[in-house]
Amino acid sequence: MDRLAKIFRPGPRHAIPVMLFLLLGFVAPLVTVVMYSFVPSRTFDLWQDWNLDNYAEIFNSSSYIPFVWSLGLAAATVLILAVICYPVAFGITRVFGKYATFITLLFTLPLFVSENVRIYGWILFFIKNGVLLGSLKSMFGYEPESILFTTGLTLMGMVYVYLPFMLFPMTLGVSMVPQQTRDAAFDLGATRWQVFKEVDLPLAMPGIVIGFLLTFVLAVGAIAEAKVLGGQRIIPITQDIETAFTYAQNWPLGAALSVLLMLVVGTLVLVVLRRFDLDTILGKK
Amino acid sequence: MTGVPILQLRSLTKTFGSLAAVDKIDLDFDEGEFFTIVGPSGSGKTTLLRMLTGMETPTSGEILLRGKRINDLPANKRPTCMVFQSLALFPHRSVGQNIEFSLKMKGVDPATRKARALELMSQLRLPESYYSKNVTKCSGGERQRVALARALAYEPDILFFDEPLSAIDYKLRKTLEKELKDIHRETGKTFIYITHSLEEAMVMSDRIGVMRGGKLIQVGSPQEIYSAPHTKFVSEFIGDVNIIGVTADGTAQVKAKEFGASLKTPAVPEGFGAGYLVVRPESLRFLSKADEAQNCLEGRLYNEYVLGSRVQYQVRVGDHVFIVEKLRQQAFGGHRDDKVLIGWDADDSILVTD
Repeated sequence: MDRLAKIFRPGPRHAIPVMLFLLLGFVAPLVTVVMYSFVPSRTFDLWQDWNLDNYAEIFNSSSYIPFVWSLGLAAATVLILAVICYPVAFGITRVFGKYATFITLLFTLPLFVSENVRIYGWILFFIKNGVLLGSLKSMFGYEPESILFTTGLTLMGMVYVYLPFMLFPMTLGVSMVPQQTRDAAFDLGATRWQVFKEVDLPLAMPGIVIGFLLTFVLAVGAIAEAKVLGGQRIIPITQDIETAFTYAQNWPLGAALSVLLMLVVGTLVLVVLRRFDLDTILGKK
Repeated sequence: MTGVPILQLRSLTKTFGSLAAVDKIDLDFDEGEFFTIVGPSGSGKTTLLRMLTGMETPTSGEILLRGKRINDLPANKRPTCMVFQSLALFPHRSVGQNIEFSLKMKGVDPATRKARALELMSQLRLPESYYSKNVTKCSGGERQRVALARALAYEPDILFFDEPLSAIDYKLRKTLEKELKDIHRETGKTFIYITHSLEEAMVMSDRIGVMRGGKLIQVGSPQEIYSAPHTKFVSEFIGDVNIIGVTADGTAQVKAKEFGASLKTPAVPEGFGAGYLVVRPESLRFLSKADEAQNCLEGRLYNEYVLGSRVQYQVRVGDHVFIVEKLRQQAFGGHRDDKVLIGWDADDSILVTD
């Protein structure tokens, strides 16, 4: 009776619709995927003898290679973005002044165009006789090999697509560093590098960590860049999962791959969040 | 307090666009003195301080430290240190790490660093257990001391203060003002302090410089600033004061604009046309007969305010409001709306211009 009364207090009561929505729209599909990962290969019935064959198959075949590619490319994307975005974030916060809003807008605008359209745009840019090579040829008579359909271009595409997801949390992080604190460090004899290392970086860390996680999780799930720009030269794990669920009609294998991916990414996120406890960084603990 | 100048400003100027935030300031700071620059917001005191610390480059003029020009020396190369308005402590570091920061930057080994930090903590009455306490967990007064300890650890020749007490409640501020003066005495370093509160400046300083509109309008000891302000602006700055608009009437006296009375003054300078007569509330007296003071006015007792050790009275002469202040023991026994005589001697008043 008590418990029932608790549920019907206004707070929990008003949360019910959202809870139901999350349960049906998020938890249920996820649980289904996890369950499918345990049923025999190439079957569609959930209610049969569960086993670990799908996982065994993954570890005994070369299916780990797409994992490595996905994680590796995602890690590379994050690192490249960190190097590109920190100076921009710093500039937006401290240097550009009245132009900061305009520059931020420039970085935001591409988000209003569909990711696929933007990626196909790059094809037109890099393709033989396209914008880049065509111009070089007609203007200078120079005809280099096209870099389209290479792993490098896949990486470039990922860096390009996920840039805002690194830039904006990072800008927020950098803007949380009080100017007086930086001045104080400088005034106490710190060099520019020491100010960066001792004050800028640790105090901007919450934004940086969020940017890292956001881009990493998104980049691990990237598929279009490798397919379109990379010309399937490498197969990311997402593409394997897609194939398993579609052409191959092997839902249990696809489910097992998905579960593994979630485990890897989930563990990583938890470890990072534990290592960089946001509250501690912000001095709230 | 005359000594060797440690820091000299020569026609120091900083302009932002067409605005001169600091306008041709000439000033010598003496070794070991506690100098306070006072001014309202927008008077240029913060810009001046930023130039002295090296965070802002002067547009023209010179800053000489012990005779050497340091205009272009960046803040991290100057033997000076500042306590910021926000204190600017490092929130991700402990009390000890904050204090040791400058030593760490210099590459001093951890043991020496810790010893020095603990020494400073005991000097500033911070308990030793605070060494590993997070600064964000400290109270306002403790953070103040950490900031001061951090600055002292740098062993600066000059310590600058940018209104560090402005955000602290009254009672604690009063305590810290005195503590800061004690620390100044113990360390013997040159302290240069800026504030908008002349009251704060009075308590702590050896000398005070008053700034207005980018210019230094008066420099002197607290007593001089209080008793001999050069302008209406300076006299008003100390809080309650009676200011009477007056015009010269060709004699040794001046005429009050508002209520027409002729008032005796110390001396009317040559060419004085119009200005203000300044009388401190404690210089005003209640009289029983008109001839008890050189200037006497009849007014109406409007209100009284008990200020603890002192009592303040508001007396209206025509539309002009006078403030009279007495020690509590010598309180005036009048009642509201009583007709009263108030007066003062010519020597207790100062004639100033705008």
